[in-house]
Amino acid sequence: MDAAHSSAAMLVSNYVFPNDLHVHWSMMIVLYPYITGLVDGAFIIAALYYLFDVKSLRPVARFSLLFALAFLAIATLPLLLHLGRPERNFNMLLTPSPSSAMAGFGYIYAVSMGVVVFIILFVYREDLVELRATSKGWLQLLYRAMTFDSIDLSENARKLDQKIIRFLVGIGIPIAVVLHGYVGFIFGGVKANPTWSTPLMPVIFLFSACVSGISAIILAYIIIRKAKGRSIDHDCIKTCIKTLTLFFIMAFTFEMLEVFSHSYLKSGYHHMVEGLLNGPLASSFWLWQVKICSVIPLFVLGVMGIFTINKHIYNFTAAVVSAILLLQVLIMRWNVVIGGQLMSKSARGYTEFHPEWFDKEGILAVIIVMAIPFIILFVLSKIFPFWTPDNETNVK
Amino acid sequence: MMDRRSFVKKVLNGTIAGSLFLVWPMGGNSIETPEEIPGIKGKEYDIHHQEFAFIVDVTRCIGCGSCCVADKREYNVPDGNYRTWVERYVKGFSDKIYVDSPHGGLDGYQHARTDIDEEIRDTFFVPKLCNMCKEAPCVQVCPVGATFISPDGFVLVDEKRCVGCAYCIQACPYSVRFLNPVTKVAEKCTWCYHRIRKGLLPACVEVCPTGARKFGSMKDETSEVYKILKGPGVLTVLKKEMGTFPALYYKGARREVI
Repeated sequence: MDAAHSSAAMLVSNYVFPNDLHVHWSMMIVLYPYITGLVDGAFIIAALYYLFDVKSLRPVARFSLLFALAFLAIATLPLLLHLGRPERNFNMLLTPSPSSAMAGFGYIYAVSMGVVVFIILFVYREDLVELRATSKGWLQLLYRAMTFDSIDLSENARKLDQKIIRFLVGIGIPIAVVLHGYVGFIFGGVKANPTWSTPLMPVIFLFSACVSGISAIILAYIIIRKAKGRSIDHDCIKTCIKTLTLFFIMAFTFEMLEVFSHSYLKSGYHHMVEGLLNGPLASSFWLWQVKICSVIPLFVLGVMGIFTINKHIYNFTAAVVSAILLLQVLIMRWNVVIGGQLMSKSARGYTEFHPEWFDKEGILAVIIVMAIPFIILFVLSKIFPFWTPDNETNVK
Repeated sequence: MMDRRSFVKKVLNGTIAGSLFLVWPMGGNSIETPEEIPGIKGKEYDIHHQEFAFIVDVTRCIGCGSCCVADKREYNVPDGNYRTWVERYVKGFSDKIYVDSPHGGLDGYQHARTDIDEEIRDTFFVPKLCNMCKEAPCVQVCPVGATFISPDGFVLVDEKRCVGCAYCIQACPYSVRFLNPVTKVAEKCTWCYHRIRKGLLPACVEVCPTGARKFGSMKDETSEVYKILKGPGVLTVLKKEMGTFPALYYKGARREVI
């Protein structure tokens, strides 16, 4: 190992182990943590309102829950597309190996899904009771099930609903944290890969998840409201941006701390990690992830936090900065998942990755997977209204 | 048709003499085929009382690629994937290391590298295969238990259980695993477990013309691997810092070998 660490001279041959030429985890595994991250971030917004009583988030609280559900519903899709034998996916639930971190996903996912669904059913119980009264046949049966066969909308019943919602959100927070922290651990637990193998990985994934989810809620809220010709709640956007700023500072700090740790500790194969960031990932990491999509938003968020800005400009800037941060997290996922695999375990070279268009893990598949949650959201909006009339009176 | 006189003439001037050296037995196992592992064939295989070791003698490997060809034929390994391969190390006087393994060494190393601009100090070949780790990361991470360690110490893949998630491929520090493009499940070298159970040597060991690949039972005190492992010679394992405790040992591997 002395020679391995002695200098970059060993890279002269750019030797990649023959089985490392192919990148085994491609774009679907980039999407998987991205999607669960969106779910987590959206859930945080809902939790801030329902559990921590951040009243200004009321306009987006219900929408955040539906957004989380829409993305959670397809969180397994990238994994199924990635698996070599997707028809055997239930093996993970039926005969999981207790020693494997990955084996826990099915259970964590199922619990997350259950909690989000129950929260939504209690949050929307009033609407569902009304829908039940006006529906017939099998639809009525469906609404009966969704309202837990209760049409009681009395004051006491509503108070009980609120208590249940608070309880569910309360247990939902650790579940959401586990869901995404665990996704980070999937990578952090691979000791064979020096770029992944760091205890910081779950923390980085968690904070960046919050960043992507909150950004998505801000952007979606502004775009949908604008498209529908409705007003935008400025207080809500301000609170979202402040929350986003906090999480982004944490996320970016830890992302940089990881790079600094490799460089400072000079731990095993650090020369390869540095070579990766300054070589194959020089553009996607330093230019795109750090300079364009992190430093610029950080500066903009600072300006938004310090100076008083016209509401319209503030909202427009909020949408733009959210869009950039959504891209930042996607690029970060790319750099971790794809970038980490570019480094051969030979510690002597880097392979290349060229995305394909029509592969089952190709660009077209990525676009389709990312479009499905929006279709689900559209369908959900027919049953569960995004905004309450109360919201309309709040906004001026 | 070559008559006796011209044959002798060619032998003497070296045309044929050189090729004779290529087939000269060098303490390997190329003559007696198929080679057996003593004490296994014809007896009941007690899976709970077996221990095997694999030794690669780097000083003996000539980079002929026979092992890779045998392996590819034994398992019909798809092109571009390798259960075993041979690396060529070239060390210059500047101490720079040049490593390559075109087609995993499948075609042998018939030509010298022409892209090195400095004087060569040394060159050697390093065969690679599954390390059969006692603390195998691939076994730990497999979410469905498709990769497991058999009671006789072999890291194996149950292709009927594997979901093809490729987590084991990421976890293997030695990159000996790949996702078979035909079966869509993880695949790797098994040290020819199916042959061992019949008392036969792994295919690569059997065809190695120089005895660079050695395999045997550690329960057999007369076996070559037992004598080497219990002897005073220096043996190393790859990526020791990974804590995987391989059952694959290297004899004569330089510190540059990763």
